[in-house]
Amino acid sequence: MSDQDLKKTPLYDAHVAAGARMVPFAGYSMPVQYKDGVLKEHLWTREHAGLFDVSHMGQARLRGDNPAKSFEKLVSADYQGLKPGKQRYAVLLNAEGGVIDDLMTARPDDDGLFIVVNGACKDNDYAIIAQALKGEATVERLEDRALLALQGPEAAAVLAAHVPQAATMVFMDTAAMTAFGTDAIISRSGYTGEDGYEISVPAAEATRIWNTLLEDERVKAIGLGARDSLRLEAGLPLYGHDMDETVSPIEAGMPFAVGKSRREAGDFPGADRILNELAGDLKRLRVNLKVLEGAPAREGAEIADETGAVVGVVTSGGFGPSFGGAIAIGFVPPALAVVGSKLKVIVRGKPQAAEVVTSPFVPTRYVRKI
Amino acid sequence: MKFTKDHEWVEVEGDVATVGVTGYAAEQLGDVVFVEVPEVGKTVKQGDALAVVESVKAASDVYAPVSGEVVEANGQLGDAPETVNAVPEAGGWFAKIKLSNPAELDALMDRTAYEAFLSTL
Repeated sequence: MSDQDLKKTPLYDAHVAAGARMVPFAGYSMPVQYKDGVLKEHLWTREHAGLFDVSHMGQARLRGDNPAKSFEKLVSADYQGLKPGKQRYAVLLNAEGGVIDDLMTARPDDDGLFIVVNGACKDNDYAIIAQALKGEATVERLEDRALLALQGPEAAAVLAAHVPQAATMVFMDTAAMTAFGTDAIISRSGYTGEDGYEISVPAAEATRIWNTLLEDERVKAIGLGARDSLRLEAGLPLYGHDMDETVSPIEAGMPFAVGKSRREAGDFPGADRILNELAGDLKRLRVNLKVLEGAPAREGAEIADETGAVVGVVTSGGFGPSFGGAIAIGFVPPALAVVGSKLKVIVRGKPQAAEVVTSPFVPTRYVRKI
Repeated sequence: MKFTKDHEWVEVEGDVATVGVTGYAAEQLGDVVFVEVPEVGKTVKQGDALAVVESVKAASDVYAPVSGEVVEANGQLGDAPETVNAVPEAGGWFAKIKLSNPAELDALMDRTAYEAFLSTL
């Protein structure tokens, strides 16, 4: 795909004007970093508030007689039990229990379900959902909306100055409301491990709201480079890297993506495999690795046991600026996937000591109670 | 000081060339968080991978601008990789190479030519 074919989010001009380095991502030209660079942007978000353009992600409405019941045919979450004003994580499953995409589904209002999916997956997701639910539910892509994420310990105070209602929300609350003088859907959630919000607004209003938030000195624009290092430290898997159509949500260390009522009913795609895995029949398991020496181990680096035998692979890895060292996510056999397990990561042919550690790498700061 | 199109610099004293990356390269790399320097005694050919610099996001090779034997490596970068960003064309050097083919230097750019090259990027 040439650069000319890349799509632009409504905030493209604002990114370029701010001196962002634009790169192709999920079919869009997206800011990987601004002038401060990934390291400083990462640390700013952990200390203050970072503003991210995530408008490449897919926003859609699922409508029908009982869209939650319909959607449960394709996903592992208990969506019939999803209360108004809440959102919940799920994975879209193939018949083998592999992950087609991971997503958030919300009930911000009475208008069916509001779904947010990965940008790189959205066309495929919508096609699969529309086809599978033909006659009972419809997918409307919300192409005229932008999505902003405000993340960090000062995000709540920043947003409360504009949207008082936001202060009354807790982690995974969602609401449709009038905010910034327009119709917004706001959830207290994100992908950095920090407290914060995701804010869906009409595309035509996005730049005004973006600039309004940036007027607050606690807020800086943060690129996708830091978004990646922040989510890695938070131990959050990234679709297309730590999860794909061969990986199940159990292998990926996301058992909470399979709702309790759904486990009992066993009525989701790939249920045989996933229920067996929940019962302990696992070939591999996601681990968080602290690299104890040498270079950062990046995606594709092999993982070996202490004898040197290759037992797995790194699916995400890099340097954790807040962690203060090299960290990675990878997959190994369950016997080795225990905290304290001594492993090696092979970087440029050299085995380096690594150890399985607990997730997250850096404590998350979700606000679950107010 | 002489320069390559891959944004390495060499500074020659006698028959030993000190090698680093330029300020432009350091800026493009972003904050350097890890540096792998070559072992002393290693023989490199012009264009071989000499060192690796890693930012938060990615690993990048530094290529040998000249052929020869590595006679010294900058061990201080292990503890202070940020030196590459702070003083790329001084304390942020990676290795010293004893030249095996000094004629290679002739094909490298001087600063004026390198700056002209940068203006085309």
